[in-house]
Amino acid sequence: MTIPMTELDALPLLARLSHTQRAAIAGVSRIETYDQGVRLFDEGGLADQCWVVLSGCVTIDTAVPQNGRMVLQSVGAGELVGWSWLVPPYRWHFGATVVTPTRAAVVDTAELRRLADDDPALGYQLSLILLDALLNRLQATRIRLLDLYRNPS
Amino acid sequence: MTSWVPTPCRVVERTVETHDCVTLTLRPVTGSLPAFRPGQFAMLYAHGVGEIPISVSGIPADGTLVHTVRAVGAVSRALHDAAPGTVIGVRGPFGTAWRLDGVEDLLVVAGGIGLAPLRPVLGHPSRRTVLVAGARTPEDLLYAGDLLALSDVDVVLTVDRGGHDWHGRVGFVTEPLASIPLDPERTTALLCGPEPMMRFCARTLLGRGVPAGNIQVSLERSMQCGIGLCGHCQLGPLLVCRDGPVTGYPEAEPLLLAKEL
Ligand SMILES: Cc1cc2nc3c(=O)[nH]c(=O)nc-3n(C[C@H](O)[C@H](O)[C@H](O)COP(=O)(O)OP(=O)(O)OC[C@H]3O[C@@H](n4cnc5c(N)ncnc54)[C@H](O)[C@@H]3O)c2cc1C
Repeated sequence: MTIPMTELDALPLLARLSHTQRAAIAGVSRIETYDQGVRLFDEGGLADQCWVVLSGCVTIDTAVPQNGRMVLQSVGAGELVGWSWLVPPYRWHFGATVVTPTRAAVVDTAELRRLADDDPALGYQLSLILLDALLNRLQATRIRLLDLYRNPS
Repeated sequence: MTSWVPTPCRVVERTVETHDCVTLTLRPVTGSLPAFRPGQFAMLYAHGVGEIPISVSGIPADGTLVHTVRAVGAVSRALHDAAPGTVIGVRGPFGTAWRLDGVEDLLVVAGGIGLAPLRPVLGHPSRRTVLVAGARTPEDLLYAGDLLALSDVDVVLTVDRGGHDWHGRVGFVTEPLASIPLDPERTTALLCGPEPMMRFCARTLLGRGVPAGNIQVSLERSMQCGIGLCGHCQLGPLLVCRDGPVTGYPEAEPLLLAKEL
């Protein structure tokens, strides 16, 4: 299903893009809906797409012996799932599972890279968007290391 | 009657919230307590142990007062363990309240026990409220069942570490803050939790265009008198018991950034 532009225009994540640039991204994306429990990808698989969650929730996990799949992070509405397509070896570092019924824009990352190569202004803005999202996640992960909510006693 | 003399109040209800937090409902043994506003606190006195500041976490219309206490040391442990029937001394109300006049879009961000002082502002039908609450684990989330039952509040719960049967979010509160839909100019944000959490949340909100003047935080310092006399709770130019705990972010930011005051 193609993406209604109103949905992309409303995303804070893409606010720095022009309507035309968002339309270009919509052209390499499709809408998918997923039921609870659907596995989006597994660690080690080929990373050739990413997801912008429009509603619902996806968890990122990794397998730990004796513990099964441990959830490291969840990703909700307005956020990005999937970074491994950005850098070699283009294999998923973690796995991802849909935990509540989810609607997402699925972006064909080979096409996205081509768009960015053809239009450096769009490519630059996309880099900033990805960097911003990555920084948010890195900083939130660092803060979690502080274990701020522990009982001081 | 924000005085030196505690009003004896009986614990009429004790609800276990988590492994270290309980909610106590207190009723004056005789007479009545003065009116508390959300954000204000009382000095609760556990007989023979000591007195500590505890925010009001519920203001029922029946003359009782509700507090949620986390056992972290001698006094909070004694209050936490107070069974129904125990008499506790109450002084207050003290401090500043959340400023809510004219607020239409309310964003409430709480971490850990920081949800307690914010609970009384939830569920007001005249404003759109979004609550983002963080905790260490799903078992540490305060009032979780009650929050999800609030019909007019959008609730986002997130934990540092989820278990296998947790279907909510795993992550820090700044992550949903970065992506939830909000109208920055119209949003009033109330933050309460560990000080670093409030700093990081305020920075995320400033990045989204929420004016600093629309952000309020609740400061915590160890207290003794509660009425601005002893200086125990001094934080830079502020006496938290009198000028706080609720403070605008423009005044609070330099104090939250200082290494030691
Ligand atoms: C305005 C205000 C409102 C408060 N509201 C609540 C509330 O609603 N519910 C609640 O459970 N607590 C609340 N507190 C915190 C509470 O007052 C403290 O936990 C209490 O004073 C600890 O006393 P204690 O004798 O039990 O422990 P102490 O022996 O004094 O302290 C035990 C340990 O806890 C640490 N500690 C003490 N106070 C704090 C604090 N404020 N933040 C982080 N660590 C601390 C100490 O460093 C020590 O490691 C509030 C504090 C303030 C200033």
